[in-house]
Amino acid sequence: MKFTWFNLMPWPYLPADFRQTHRSVWVDIDSKLFDPEKSHELYNTYIDLLEYAGALGFDGIGVNEHHQNAYGLMPSPNLIAAGLARRTRDVAIVVLGASIALYNPPLRVAEEFAMLDCISGGRLVAGFPVGTSMDTNYCYGQIPALLREKYREANDLILRAWNEREPFAFNGRYTKLRYVNLWPRPIQQPRPPIHIPGGGSIETFDFCLDNTYSYSYLSFGGYVRGKQLMQSYWDRVAERNTPDTSPYRAGFAQTICVADTDEEAERLYAKHVSYFYNRCLHVFPGFADAPGYRTIKTIQKGVLSQYAPPKGGLFPELSWKEMVEGGYIIAGSPETVRQRMEEMIKGLHVGNIFCLMHIGDMPKEKSMYSTRLFAEKVMPKLRNIFPEHAADNRFWCRPMANRVSPGALPTEVDLRQMAGADD
Amino acid sequence: MELKTIQTPHVPVRYHEAGQGQPLVFLHGAGGLDLDMGFLDALAEKFHVYAPLMPGYGDSEECAELRDMLDFKLHTWDVVAALGLKDPILVGFSMGGMIASEMAAVAPRDVSRLALIAPAGLWLDAHPIPDIFSMLPYQLPPYLFHDAAAGAKIMSAGGDMSDPKFLQGFLVQAARQLGAAGKIMFPIPDRGLASRLYRIKAKTILIWGESDKLIPPVYAQAFQRGIAGAELVMVPEAGHVVAFEKPHDVIRAIARLA
Repeated sequence: MKFTWFNLMPWPYLPADFRQTHRSVWVDIDSKLFDPEKSHELYNTYIDLLEYAGALGFDGIGVNEHHQNAYGLMPSPNLIAAGLARRTRDVAIVVLGASIALYNPPLRVAEEFAMLDCISGGRLVAGFPVGTSMDTNYCYGQIPALLREKYREANDLILRAWNEREPFAFNGRYTKLRYVNLWPRPIQQPRPPIHIPGGGSIETFDFCLDNTYSYSYLSFGGYVRGKQLMQSYWDRVAERNTPDTSPYRAGFAQTICVADTDEEAERLYAKHVSYFYNRCLHVFPGFADAPGYRTIKTIQKGVLSQYAPPKGGLFPELSWKEMVEGGYIIAGSPETVRQRMEEMIKGLHVGNIFCLMHIGDMPKEKSMYSTRLFAEKVMPKLRNIFPEHAADNRFWCRPMANRVSPGALPTEVDLRQMAGADD
Repeated sequence: MELKTIQTPHVPVRYHEAGQGQPLVFLHGAGGLDLDMGFLDALAEKFHVYAPLMPGYGDSEECAELRDMLDFKLHTWDVVAALGLKDPILVGFSMGGMIASEMAAVAPRDVSRLALIAPAGLWLDAHPIPDIFSMLPYQLPPYLFHDAAAGAKIMSAGGDMSDPKFLQGFLVQAARQLGAAGKIMFPIPDRGLASRLYRIKAKTILIWGESDKLIPPVYAQAFQRGIAGAELVMVPEAGHVVAFEKPHDVIRAIARLA
């Protein structure tokens, strides 16, 4: 199993009546709610938490890309990842991911990911999301019906840039480059592992299988609701006679809260979970799915339940009990969480778990408490669920053996001698 | 009207045809032809009307090869050619008006009469056009109709959004139609027409609903400034869908081109 500690970096200062007084947390979020000075501490705390998880034995620490979004403070995940690459030693840096169709030229992603891989000593796990409709269409102005074609072309360009050792010309429809000649180049050869966050489209399933990418479903709906979608992925894997059904072909994001007891979990975390689901996910339904963003095939396939804007918004108001029972969140004592995690991992057949363990407006101490309990009392018991696939390294990073320690300049005292000034 | 199919280089095109007399090509807006049928029937009493569907609209085939404004205007010229027409009266509503303007600008000697009904295609920073792509169906009527309450009734007559089957059909239609429209209208319905308007040599009539809240009448003046000699007909008590709300006023205005 690969456990990645993920932080969406939500803005924790949305007013209690946000849902009533604002139409959306995303795209046209009221910018007056953002306080740059408060963000200074927030960013640093959030990055500290990622580093903390890295030190506790998580396999990866994860960042992602959102724009104009009050539950995501990372328009540029690579900036955070660069900081993490310097301040951590062994943990994988999971960038899930950079929306490759949004960069002009997309070669920028090939370069930045190569830099991250070099700085981190080969610890990069790369992600190429198409991106949500909110991010790509409404915030970044991409034409919905052309986005996927542009995305595929960006993918081709990046892979070729990583693979080819001679300068080449790239005559794409959306990007034209006379001299593609990547410099620097990633440590991991032929390329870093690639994960694709998807929302259930058949085309994306096939795209992952064609390219040996891991498919990940990053919803906040939890594993009960995720079951149908992941099943349709595994059905597709079977339909296409894929040579193996390694669970590492798939990933799943899950909100997790651990405490000493089930009661303590509710007492400590309920209000923060409620903040996230009831305030942070308050997205205007008109932004959820620009016409043309989803393919006809996908709409017809009926993977609709998550996207059809239900009455009351994408996520209607939910109580703690509804969220636990509905599997939106996995919460409780280490044993409760272990049981439900196992049920999820086996039920969805997923090897990569993206653990959402800082939730909403949770203070750092609570997030640390939950994270430590998970790392010490839950994670070790879930390690060997898929022993037959333990050797599958296609979907995880392969770091260099001898990595340097950042910040290892010599001390000033020895400087003169070491510089050879006395010779 | 009769629904027919004609082959063009990229894709078979569905079109409605009726009437006799001078040929007139009508290009529909982003919402398709649904609201236009009454107007077109009345128009066909005076003209030989051809109303092609843009690929993806109604039951017509989509066309992935049409990606940008140049593709759209050349495709529509292909349609005119396939119909065997030469210098038809070119009429376009909203998105169709944008395409018609572009066609007239790219081939000024092939269009001598142009009627633009609340055309899209320009953008004034001081008067941003509302974003129809992010609107929920119930939000549209006040932007489209002079009488929003009556408009809401017409639009909700379509079906029940809480019925999954209807919803799926609705989403497929939106993905097909507005997905295609988005190629030239998303996120802002401006593909540089302003810099090409001067090329239009046709006798041009602009027709606008006085209470158009989607593309407000200030845009009529912008078109008038751009197209030499363009006449403007303002229609009272009509919104953006002026040809639906006041078909006879619109037909009278078009008839000035005959």
